[in-house]
Amino acid sequence: MNGFDKVVGTYDEALEGLQDGMTVIAGGFGLCGIPEGLIAQIRRMGVRGLTVVSNNCGVDGFGLGVLLEDRQIRKVVASYVGENKLFEQQLLSGEIEVELTPQGTLAEKMRAGGAGIPAFYTATGYGTPVGEGKEVRHFKGRPFILEEAITGDFAIVKAWKADRYGNAIYRHTAQNFNPMAATAGRITVMEVEQIVEPGELDPAQIHTPGIYVNRVIEGRFEKRIEQRTVRAG
Amino acid sequence: MTLTREQMARRAALELRDGDYVNLGIGIPTLVANYVPDGIRVMLQSENGLLGMGPFPTDDAVDADMINAGKQTVTAVSGAAIFNSAESFAMIRGGHVDVTILGAFEVSVNGDIASWMVPGKLVKGMGGAMDLVAAARNILVIMTHADKSGASKLLDDCTLPLTGAGCIRKVLTDLAYLEIADGAFHLRERAPGVSVEEIVSKTAGKLIVPADVPEMRFA
Repeated sequence: MNGFDKVVGTYDEALEGLQDGMTVIAGGFGLCGIPEGLIAQIRRMGVRGLTVVSNNCGVDGFGLGVLLEDRQIRKVVASYVGENKLFEQQLLSGEIEVELTPQGTLAEKMRAGGAGIPAFYTATGYGTPVGEGKEVRHFKGRPFILEEAITGDFAIVKAWKADRYGNAIYRHTAQNFNPMAATAGRITVMEVEQIVEPGELDPAQIHTPGIYVNRVIEGRFEKRIEQRTVRAG
Repeated sequence: MTLTREQMARRAALELRDGDYVNLGIGIPTLVANYVPDGIRVMLQSENGLLGMGPFPTDDAVDADMINAGKQTVTAVSGAAIFNSAESFAMIRGGHVDVTILGAFEVSVNGDIASWMVPGKLVKGMGGAMDLVAAARNILVIMTHADKSGASKLLDDCTLPLTGAGCIRKVLTDLAYLEIADGAFHLRERAPGVSVEEIVSKTAGKLIVPADVPEMRFA
């Protein structure tokens, strides 16, 4: 055995310890770069009362949207909840709470959470509903609001390739929120397209160093496309 | 005549300079990419983590891992860079994006913008709009001058919840191009065939009209 080997063979092992009421930070932008198998496993486990932190909340029937079907989510922290009918219903009926957060602030909240920075000042949201009730401080004559970092009991992320130690690289714009989410989980679980041996990835090209990653599982991905837009060939 | 969407995009494109890094919002702002003047090269920033967004892919080149902020499949131009969301908003918040063009519901004489929420209607979220307006130095708002009921969208005070306060300096509508300074709109150009009187009648916020208001040009 190798203490650095993070690979697990089953989804049960991957999310062992996830319980009702926990906070889960998820990588992904829309349906791009989402840990599909880990989301499916959360659904199978049936845990409830989750707080989900993610830029979006999937669509009806796919991505994080499937966790709405069995009412597993209590609260969502997101920048854009998008076209999701079930989400709308649960929001309007008060079953689910939503904290809409500007996209850059959300990314920075995760980054700060993972970096041990408890809060930061930003101009984003000042003078808007987002800034209401938050501390305001002026720097060089400009107003900024204080935003608190986010950490999660679990972070679930999706990468392209990772070695057994959890050193990972992402593919194209499937990177998005995944690197920040990976840093902000007490337990970070990474679902990847391909596991490789240590040394196969160029150390200087690693996006997420393995120190942030606790468990790695190789998954299969449908990679559903939200808006298939093409030009004439 | 009010401007068509294409004319608005064409006029907006004249604000671009060679070497600009540009973020385009959804809707008419996206069309601006089609009218970049000859001899000018810009890099389009898509806030999900792409600098150097290219056209849509051909059918055989569609890649689910390659999308823009509107979740559309796209390509990257030669010389593009791809990065994470914190990096993407660092370049936005740090003021490194040269030009931001986005739509709005309302703009006020103080440069306030409302573009993300209509109370009583379902709120989808602000996405990256609040970050963009809070940080960019050069923002152009493109919108119709009045809403469908004829009510002016250029106001003394926004009635809708704000996206950002005091951040807008330039507005292009289907009737006019205006700048915002010293608590007023300043009429700079009028759409071809549109009278100053019509613009005045459809502008609810304080409007300063200089003696000469040239007709808008598109090249």
